[in-house]
Amino acid sequence: MTRIRDWLITATVLVAGRGKRPTPRDPKPRIVAAGEPDRRAENVVLLLFLLATVAGAAFIVVYALDRLSNQTQWLGLSIGSAFALLALASTVIAHRLVVTEEIVEPYPSESPDAQGEIEQIVEESGSRFTRKRLVAVAGAGALGTLGAALLAPAASFGPLLRTGDLYRTAWRRGRRLVDDGGRPLAADAIEEGAFYTAYPEGADRELVGSPIVVVRLPPAEIRDRRDWAPGGIVAFSKICTHAGCAIALYRKPTFAPTQPRPALVCPCHYSTFDPAAGGAVLFGPAGRPLPQLPLEIDGAGHLRAAGTFSGPVGPSWWGVRMGKAHS
Amino acid sequence: MIRRIVRFLDQRTGTAPLLKRTLRYVFPDHWSFLLGEVALYCFILLVLTGLYLTFFFDDSVAQMTYHGSYRPLDGATMSHAYASVLHISFDVKAGLLIRQTHHWAANVFVAAIVLHVLRVFFTGAFRKPRDLTYLLGLGMLMLALLEGYAGYSLADDLLSGMGLAIGYSVAMSIPFVGANLANLIWDGPFPGSSSFWPRLFIAHVLVLPVLIGGLLAAHLALVVSRHHTQFKRSVRESERRVVGIPAFPGQAPRSIGLMLWVFAVLFLLGGLVQINPVWLWGPYHVGDGTNGAQPDWYLGWLIGALRLVPGFDLTIGHYTLVPNPFWGGVLFPGIVFGILILWPWLERRVTGDDAFHNLLERPRDNPWRTAIGVALLTWVFLIFVSGSADRVDVLFGIDYATQIWVYRVTIWVGPLIALFVTKRVCDELVAGERVRRSGFHESAQRGIPD
Repeated sequence: MTRIRDWLITATVLVAGRGKRPTPRDPKPRIVAAGEPDRRAENVVLLLFLLATVAGAAFIVVYALDRLSNQTQWLGLSIGSAFALLALASTVIAHRLVVTEEIVEPYPSESPDAQGEIEQIVEESGSRFTRKRLVAVAGAGALGTLGAALLAPAASFGPLLRTGDLYRTAWRRGRRLVDDGGRPLAADAIEEGAFYTAYPEGADRELVGSPIVVVRLPPAEIRDRRDWAPGGIVAFSKICTHAGCAIALYRKPTFAPTQPRPALVCPCHYSTFDPAAGGAVLFGPAGRPLPQLPLEIDGAGHLRAAGTFSGPVGPSWWGVRMGKAHS
Repeated sequence: MIRRIVRFLDQRTGTAPLLKRTLRYVFPDHWSFLLGEVALYCFILLVLTGLYLTFFFDDSVAQMTYHGSYRPLDGATMSHAYASVLHISFDVKAGLLIRQTHHWAANVFVAAIVLHVLRVFFTGAFRKPRDLTYLLGLGMLMLALLEGYAGYSLADDLLSGMGLAIGYSVAMSIPFVGANLANLIWDGPFPGSSSFWPRLFIAHVLVLPVLIGGLLAAHLALVVSRHHTQFKRSVRESERRVVGIPAFPGQAPRSIGLMLWVFAVLFLLGGLVQINPVWLWGPYHVGDGTNGAQPDWYLGWLIGALRLVPGFDLTIGHYTLVPNPFWGGVLFPGIVFGILILWPWLERRVTGDDAFHNLLERPRDNPWRTAIGVALLTWVFLIFVSGSADRVDVLFGIDYATQIWVYRVTIWVGPLIALFVTKRVCDELVAGERVRRSGFHESAQRGIPD
């Protein structure tokens, strides 16, 4: 009897179900909420995928081409469009083709039982120790020392304690000033209102103590260290005492009312130094004057250092003023 | 088919229950929750584009004479590092696209993190049980700033050299240990020995990214384990249960879509909008400087601070204790990050509120926090803006020194005004709602998030 009933049901299902989608063998309740199909959105997604394919292919073609003008722009445009089209497709899928279901979940809470048990385990595990604190202190000492030992080789990274090198400069009495191309600087060539960069002849230029700026001022205007400035020509370290940038601006008094006197200006934080007053700070964050280099003019009319800088060159550090620039 | 794959995995890893839970993980829906995701996708793109760049970059500062395809610099003396960046920009096909996309991604990365931190701060999302998550996030922000700085320093163009000189000076300015620390990092006085460049390189491509990646993993693990916070939009949301869309299928296409949007925007920027044209700045030499080049935006607040500080070193007699760059370069960011780091504990101490908080507050719901946050933000923002005073001078002819004096006053007055105005605005908003609520009872629970 039951077998006949089963056959009947099977036959009905087969006939009735013909042409329809096959239903799952044992239909389960849905997990993901159901929703209506949206053929238009599906078509849009298909179109976007197609266009993204074209854009991706375009990137490969643009990449393969040689001598294409604006290649970077075309590459960016094609790959960017490919991503944008895919992003658009993804957005359409998110808002039109995937059901928006709201689900609820409890927030996790703490586990006091486990907390207590952990505490208990840790405490009980040390029950055979009689002098826990002493052992802990000794252990911490050993581990700390080992840590320090492992860190010690980091001192090889650099001359940790040799801060004396920070005072080093190639400038000393008699050293000639040369320009960018290595040609000696003639005193006659230095004009008022212009700004010259010079280096110590024959020395490494890539040291903070090497580059200097040279300007000519009317001799009467120089207020400090007149004997360091033959013919009104003064020289200063080019490296700002604030943050180590190269002084690249020379404020010549072309607009007298707002800019009272010529000044050397650092382009990084606008520390402003007075070349007529031994490099004193006029404005800005520098905490120390710009070190001045005494000059002299040799028999051939070339500029030479008459000594070394008035102070340490470059950015300041703890105790910077305790030493002097030296070569 | 799906069943076969899942069975294969489950039999060998036992992860089917976990995977099932992950698919149905609840995402509360609010646009501001996506800011962290934007940062995540920027990071992914940064790793991928950065990896590509490492195949061409040369981390040596040994000097050479350039005879490459960028004619204006023909014959210039430069480092191999800078020459390799020129090579990437002019000779490697798609090299400039990847380099610029990498740089844009870095800028957007930091911006997204900053906005994310602001969202978390002003909605109280940092409160217990998520204070640890918040700290990891701040750690990533600090590392991201350092990472970005290291990245643009690597190019060894004029801009990067000046940036390194400033970084060196800031390191030097740390009391008691500055000179030794700088000596250690640079292997001698600036610009350092030849071993400094490989150090900078390995920091940028390995150490810092791995640290960021590690914090990121821990950050995300904590987010998932404590679940997302949520705004109270209806009676369904509560401190005990989270309401939202499931990771799959609801959230997945949204997140993937967001990732693709981020990639699209960054590649379009990288291809179409020039960024850091290093060939215009030229190679760095200690004696060269310019003010035509500006660093990335996220260093602006430090530049502003370094510029605003009046010119003094802290000295005792003839002895320098604290050189000037310390104030703007160490103390200022130290204060800002110090306040941000300590904030959850400060707030707990002051309010005595030690409870779990899964529901977010709207900024107006906590007027004092919002007011203090806005004041702090105003302070940093004004200092950031002051960093552009030289551009304003050049563009609009407003005297630089005058501007600096104005800023030296406004950076203190501005935050105070912001504090009281914000407090007042929050109070008024809440009061306005109370009036409306007493009139229309049915809307009482329907606070719409800002």
